[in-house]
Amino acid sequence: MENKVPYVCMKNIKKIFGKVIANKNVNLTVEGGEVHALLGENGAGKSTLMNMLSGVYSPDFGEVLIHGKQVSFSSPKDAIESRIGMIYQHFKLVENMSAEENIMLGQKHKIFLSSSKVKKRVNEICSKYSLELDLDKKVYDMSVGEKQTLEILKVLYRGADILILDEPTTVFTPQEARKLFQIMNKMKENGCAVIFITHKMEEVMEISDRITVLRKGETVKTLNKIDTNPEELAELMVGHSVDLSIKRGEPKDNKVVLEVKGLTVLNEDNLEALSNINFNLKNGEILGVAGIANSGQRELCEAIAGIYPIKSGEIILEDENIAGKNPRDIIKKGISMSFVPEDRLGMGLVGSMDMVDNLLLKSYHNQDGFFIDKTPAVVKAKEITKKLKIQTPDVFYPIKNLSGGNIQKILLGRELDSNPHVLIMAYPVRGLDINTCYTIYDLMNEQKEKGVGVLFIGEDLDVLIQLCDRIMVMYNGKITGTVDAKNITKEKLGLLMVGKKSESEGKSVV
Amino acid sequence: MFRIIRKNAISNRDSIIIRATAIILALLVSAVFLAALQLNPALVYQGMLKGAFGSVYSFKETIIRAIPLLITALGISVAFKMQFWNIGGEGQILMGAFLSSFFAFNFPSMPKVPLLTIMMVAGLIGGAIWAFIPAFFKSKWGTNETIVTLMMNYVALKWITYLQNGPWRDKASMGFPQMPLFKENAILPNVLGINIGWIIAILLVIAMYIFMNKTKKGYEIAVLGESEKTANYAGVNIKKTIIIAMLLSGGLCGLAGTIQASAVSYTLSVQVSGGVGYTAIIVAWLGALSAPVILVVSILFAALIEGGSYIQTAFGTPESTALILQSMVLFFVLGSEFFIRYKIVKKSTHSGKEVV
Repeated sequence: MENKVPYVCMKNIKKIFGKVIANKNVNLTVEGGEVHALLGENGAGKSTLMNMLSGVYSPDFGEVLIHGKQVSFSSPKDAIESRIGMIYQHFKLVENMSAEENIMLGQKHKIFLSSSKVKKRVNEICSKYSLELDLDKKVYDMSVGEKQTLEILKVLYRGADILILDEPTTVFTPQEARKLFQIMNKMKENGCAVIFITHKMEEVMEISDRITVLRKGETVKTLNKIDTNPEELAELMVGHSVDLSIKRGEPKDNKVVLEVKGLTVLNEDNLEALSNINFNLKNGEILGVAGIANSGQRELCEAIAGIYPIKSGEIILEDENIAGKNPRDIIKKGISMSFVPEDRLGMGLVGSMDMVDNLLLKSYHNQDGFFIDKTPAVVKAKEITKKLKIQTPDVFYPIKNLSGGNIQKILLGRELDSNPHVLIMAYPVRGLDINTCYTIYDLMNEQKEKGVGVLFIGEDLDVLIQLCDRIMVMYNGKITGTVDAKNITKEKLGLLMVGKKSESEGKSVV
Repeated sequence: MFRIIRKNAISNRDSIIIRATAIILALLVSAVFLAALQLNPALVYQGMLKGAFGSVYSFKETIIRAIPLLITALGISVAFKMQFWNIGGEGQILMGAFLSSFFAFNFPSMPKVPLLTIMMVAGLIGGAIWAFIPAFFKSKWGTNETIVTLMMNYVALKWITYLQNGPWRDKASMGFPQMPLFKENAILPNVLGINIGWIIAILLVIAMYIFMNKTKKGYEIAVLGESEKTANYAGVNIKKTIIIAMLLSGGLCGLAGTIQASAVSYTLSVQVSGGVGYTAIIVAWLGALSAPVILVVSILFAALIEGGSYIQTAFGTPESTALILQSMVLFFVLGSEFFIRYKIVKKSTHSGKEVV
């Protein structure tokens, strides 16, 4: 190893944004032919560091050596020329162009393109890295996995031998993730350096060779995978030992609090976004909902909350059909729905308003008369700030200036405060750090203890399996199975998520 | 290389400094222009100040000009807060003036107090109806309110033109297309030498401030303006809220029309609105849609217009000179919004958006 020149060497990197130190004393060395995981919580500085490597930002201090040569990138183009390719979590593809056109986009070439030449080179790359992709397929017809393959192909075509993958598996089923790992191994065999950003421990343990842990903008340690274990990594990430297990209490009683029968809704194009959904939710139970993105989770939440128009079916809350009632009545009857969208704002919260006004959103109409009395909300805001450790200058500060985690805590704090009978939480931990995630799982368990029926729409299958009592899997607006979380594997869930009904579990609706 | 970066929050002090700088820059640039016209910029600016606030008379004129601007801007701000782009202030003013004039012309012998009360209510209703139409279309079929409110302006304008040339034309006007003057009891009284509109306007500023900040409806309008999804999610009745806000918005514009017809032109004509419906959009925007700020901005704006017309007579400049001064101030003030929201930094030491 000694004689080899590392592909990437970053020394004493420092980057400051305004008053926030995003990176300091960061040291990272990545060799060719290794998968190097960059592990850290949200906000640990992983993305900033990689953005410096890919030319989006430039470091305030420190040096970057690529293949032994010192570089100073002033734009992503410089980085591409140094054979660095970044694959972003949110794909940068042009939807209505074909794969080939996306690959050619922004490339230097003569006036006329020789499609056959391009195809030949692409095919060479494909066979070298065992990638499979139909070059003439339009991006809008592609699955998430295909889009990612295209992104990878794009950077390889540009000659990258240092690949950065930014949380690539977030929206994947376990099967798709497996496929990606195979591709990554292939890259490794071909001598590429692969940098893999993640916060999922299981993946790190599966695929990486070495691991660099970042905490609060600094590199904590670089370890060989074989010398470490998830517990140690978690401790390094968080800074103190953490219990990675999620407790699961026994469901309280068996009374059904919410029953959905034959629910069907249509989207704007008059297609069925949900078709014939049947399930029930009991008091003191956490029912998980798994599924790949846009399988009807959002429509389900919104239909129950009265926001989405219902074509047919019943939603029975404690012996009363609430289908077709207006959102306000449904809130009053004790259904609390919080949906954390990808941008985290936009639904359920008003960014330019302060915490007090946001807390009022669901309760102001319970006040009598024409005027709003904000005093109780101010008191409540202070309570929630304290209880959930929300970091804000004061409760009259516009929430859009707070960090994502704090914004989310405000949303959850408000929903939990309304003492619901049914709590619907969609993606409540999206983008949160480990500690906050666990706080939220605890809060959900607390609600369960109280006998609240919790419907939890989640992304992370490991969490769903550990936290929920039952898991319902959605695919394409249908339920492909409802399973007991205690006896299910990720792989089986993965199959249900892509629409393959399993013979036995498929109908085991309790 | 420079980069543009979004600012997080800005202190009040900084935003005042930025805006004041903008006005000073506008005056400096205009000074070059005035010098090119062989005028002494200092004297011209002095003249503008004198024209706007220099005497009791000019001060009163400025206030009289500010009243309709203020009330209309208050009305428009309600709609804008909801992100409903009501640019139909002009038409709503005309229709308010029309409906109140209907009573002024047809009940000339009614005693002053009831007649004026009826006229004001009629003004509110006239403007409200004109705003209701686009609001209804928007809530029912999702039509584009910008287009519809704008078109409604022309309909209103042509309607008044028709009345002026046809059925409501003054028989004694010897063929001139104009309507008769209101009788004495249809004219708003003066308080301290200025028509009572200024008291109405101040009361409205207070009322609108309370409405927007302390009431459920005001809160709903603000939430709806920020995000329709969030409003829906909180159970706000979106259609109803759009309609209520627009009735209020148009009603206020209509009331401004009543005041203009009754206290300023003493009759109905196509000149009653005089572009106030458009100018008020700028006033509402510069006033950040907040009632107290709109009060200040509308007085300053009226002063700019009054001062502008004074220098026309005092220095013999053409009308366009005054217009250029006005637009220069607008250009710089609106342009300064950019610096309130963004900052420009050098690329080498740039500080990008927060990634924490």
